[in-house]
Amino acid sequence: MTEDLILRVVTKVLTPFIMLFAFYTQFHGDYGPGGGFQAGVILAAAFVLNALTFGLPQVRKALPDRIMIIGTGLGVLLYAGTGMVSLFRGGNLLEYGVLDHHSPVHGQHLGILLVELGVGITVTSVMWVIISTFMERAVEDAEGGEG
Amino acid sequence: MSAETATDFSAHLPALAVMVPLMTAPLVVIFRNSKVAFGLSLAAAWSVFGMILKTLMLTLEHGGWVYELGGWKAPIGIVYNVDTVAAFVMLIVSGIGALVLSYAPMSVAREIPENRQTLFYSAFLLAMTGLLGMTITGDAFNVFVFLEISSLASYTLVAMGSSRNGFTAAYRYLIMGAIGGTFILIGIGLMYMMTGTLNMADLAERLPEVAHTRTIMASFAFVIVGAGLKLALWPMHTWLPNAYTYAPSVASAFISATGTKVMVYVMLRFVFGIYGTEFAFTELSLGLPFAVLGLGGIYAASTAAIFQTNFKRLLAYSSVGQIGYIVLGMSLATVGGLAAAILHLFNHAIMKAGLFMAAGHINHQVGSVRLADLEGIGRKMPITMGLIAIGGAGLIGVPLTVGFVSKWVLISALAEQDLWWVVGLALASSLLAVAYIWRFVEVAWIREPAPALEHVTEVPFWLWGPTAVMMTLSIVFGVWGAGTTEVAMEAARILLGVAA
Amino acid sequence: MNLLDHFNYYVVITLMMVGFYIIMARNNLVKKVIGLNIFQAAVILMYVTMGRVHDGTAPILADGPDVVYSNPLPQVLMLTAIVVGVATTALGLALVVRIQENYGTIEEDEIRALEDAS
Repeated sequence: MTEDLILRVVTKVLTPFIMLFAFYTQFHGDYGPGGGFQAGVILAAAFVLNALTFGLPQVRKALPDRIMIIGTGLGVLLYAGTGMVSLFRGGNLLEYGVLDHHSPVHGQHLGILLVELGVGITVTSVMWVIISTFMERAVEDAEGGEG
Repeated sequence: MSAETATDFSAHLPALAVMVPLMTAPLVVIFRNSKVAFGLSLAAAWSVFGMILKTLMLTLEHGGWVYELGGWKAPIGIVYNVDTVAAFVMLIVSGIGALVLSYAPMSVAREIPENRQTLFYSAFLLAMTGLLGMTITGDAFNVFVFLEISSLASYTLVAMGSSRNGFTAAYRYLIMGAIGGTFILIGIGLMYMMTGTLNMADLAERLPEVAHTRTIMASFAFVIVGAGLKLALWPMHTWLPNAYTYAPSVASAFISATGTKVMVYVMLRFVFGIYGTEFAFTELSLGLPFAVLGLGGIYAASTAAIFQTNFKRLLAYSSVGQIGYIVLGMSLATVGGLAAAILHLFNHAIMKAGLFMAAGHINHQVGSVRLADLEGIGRKMPITMGLIAIGGAGLIGVPLTVGFVSKWVLISALAEQDLWWVVGLALASSLLAVAYIWRFVEVAWIREPAPALEHVTEVPFWLWGPTAVMMTLSIVFGVWGAGTTEVAMEAARILLGVAA
Repeated sequence: MNLLDHFNYYVVITLMMVGFYIIMARNNLVKKVIGLNIFQAAVILMYVTMGRVHDGTAPILADGPDVVYSNPLPQVLMLTAIVVGVATTALGLALVVRIQENYGTIEEDEIRALEDAS
C-alpha cells in the first residue's frame, strides 16, 4: 500500500483499461491471439495492481475470498461441463461440433467460447487467490514484526 | 469396436472415468463442507471404479478401442488408447482410491485441521484424475500434463500432514518431481523434433527410421531418467522415504500404492510401446543397468528398512525395495519378466496400501508410528496387528499371499533366461524382508506393553474394515494367483507385441 | 556449417545447466525454486525454437497465398508447460513460507540440523 499520489491516480486511470484489454483478449481469443489464460492473467494483474496501491483489504471488499475460491472451481466446472454436454448430445467428450445441431461450425464456436470463459474465470481466480494469500502473509508478518 | 461405430454409451466410459474426479474436485471446493466433500469424493471414486470395471470387461471381451477426444482423429487430435493393460492399471488406481477413501473420514479428522479437509479431498481427487489420465492417454504430451496434475496434487497431499517435517518432505518431493517431470518433457520434445508427432502409435511407427540419431538417444535418456526419478528407481529414491513418512496416512496409502506404480506403467509404455524392445534392449542394452539398479535397490533399500525407527519410514524403504523387483522384471524384456513386473505392480499396490492404512490405525490410536512408542501394541490392537502380519507376509513372499505369486513369476522368468545367480540374489533378498518385518513384530508382540499404551484400544470398524478388505484381497489374489497372472501375461504380450 | 545456426540450442543448454546447478548447489530454498524456473524456461525456449520455420511468421492467419507460418503446436504445448511451471512455483514458494514459519529458516543445512535434532 502506498500514499504516493501519482501511483494512486495512475492506478485508478489504468484499471478500467487493463480490464477492458483483458476482456478483449478473452472474447477475441477465437479469432486472434488471446484466450482464457492470457485474459485471466491480465485481469488478475489489474486486481493485483490495485492491491499493491490501495492495500489488500480494499480489493477484498470488491472480491471476497469466498467468491474467488468458488470462481476457481466454477471455471473448471464450466470447462469440463461443456465437454460433458457434448458427450450427452451424442458426440465424443469435448466434441463441440454437436453443441449446435444445425451447424457444427457454430457449435465449435460456442464450445470454444464457453471453454475459454471457464479457463478465464479459473485463471483469474487462481492467480488472485495465490497472490492475495501470499500478500496476506506478508501483511501479517510486517504487523507481527512491528508489534 | 471403435468409438464412432459404438452407438453404445459404454465407449465413453474411460473418458468419463477421468472426467468424474476432475469435476468432483472443484465441486468439493465450492461446497466447502468436509462431510459433503467426503460424500461426493466417495461417490465419485466408487462410480469411477464401476466404470473402469466395465471397461476392463469390455476390453477383455472385444479388445481395446481408440477414443477420440473432441472427435478429432489421431494424429491431429488427442486420443485415449483403451486396452487391457491400461484398464488393468486404471482398475488398480481407482480400486485403491475408492477403498482408501472409504477409510478416510476418521483418519482425516484426526490428522488434518478442519479448515483444510475439503481441500484434502479435492487434492486427492485431482491426484486420482492425473493418475487415471496418465494411464489411458495415447498422446505423449498429454502424459506430461496428467503427470503434473497428479504430482502437484501429491505434493499438496504430502504437505498436509500434521508434522512440520511434512513441509520439507513435500518441498524436496516437489523439487525432485519437477526435475523428473521436466526431464520427461525434454525427452518428449526431442522425440517430437525428430518425428513431428506426439501420438504414441504414430511415434512408435516413425521412430525406427530416426532411431540411430543422437537426438533420439538423448530423448531416451531423458525419459528414462525422468521416469526413474518419478518412480523412485534406486538411487533416485531420496525424496520418497520422507514424503511417505510425513504425509497423512490416507495420502501415504494412496500415493505409495498408485503414484509410483503408474509411473512404472508410463515407463513401460515409453520403453516398450514407443521406443521398442529392439531399440531399448538390443541397441542400447537397457537390460543390464536396469537389472543392476533393480537388484541394488532391493538390497540397499531393504537393508535401510531394517534400521528404521519409524514404522511408516520402514514401509517407505520397503517400497523402494519392492520397486527394485518390478524394475528387475522389466530388465528381462521377456513376456515372463514383464508379466512379473505388471503383476507385482498390482500385488505390491494392494499390500502397501493395506500396510499404510494399518499404520494409519496406529497413528489414529497412539498418535505416533515410531517403533519406540509401539512396544507391545500387538496385544492392544490385535486386529490391526493381524492385518499387518498378513501384509508383512506378503512383502516377504510367503505362499498363499500375493507377494508369493509375483515372486514366483519373477523367479521363473529369471530361470527361463538361465540367470541362476540373479535367482539366488532375488531369493536371498526375501531374508531382508523377513528381517524388517520381524523388527516390527518383535517390538509389537514380544516386548511388554509400555505403560503409555495402557488405554490404547482397537480402532473402530470404519477404520479396520477397508483395511481388512484390502488384506483379504491380498490373500484372495494370492490363492487365486492364476487369474491375475494370466491377465499380466496378456498385458505383457500386448506391450511386447508378441502373439499368444 | 555455421556455428551460429544452433545459437538457440546453445542458450538452451546453458540455461538448463545454470538452472540445474542452482537447484543442486544452492542451500537457500527460494533460490532452488528460482533455479527450477530457469531450468523450465530453458525447456520452453527449446520447444519454441524447434517450432520455428525458416522465414516463418507468427502463426496467426494472414491474407496471402505464400505466407509461411511457424509451427504453432510447440508454442501451444508450452502454454501448458508455463501454467504447470507457475503452479509448481506457487506451490514451492507456499511450502517455503510454511517452512520459514515452522523452522525459522530457509537454509537447507540449518533445516536439516533442526530435523536431526527433533
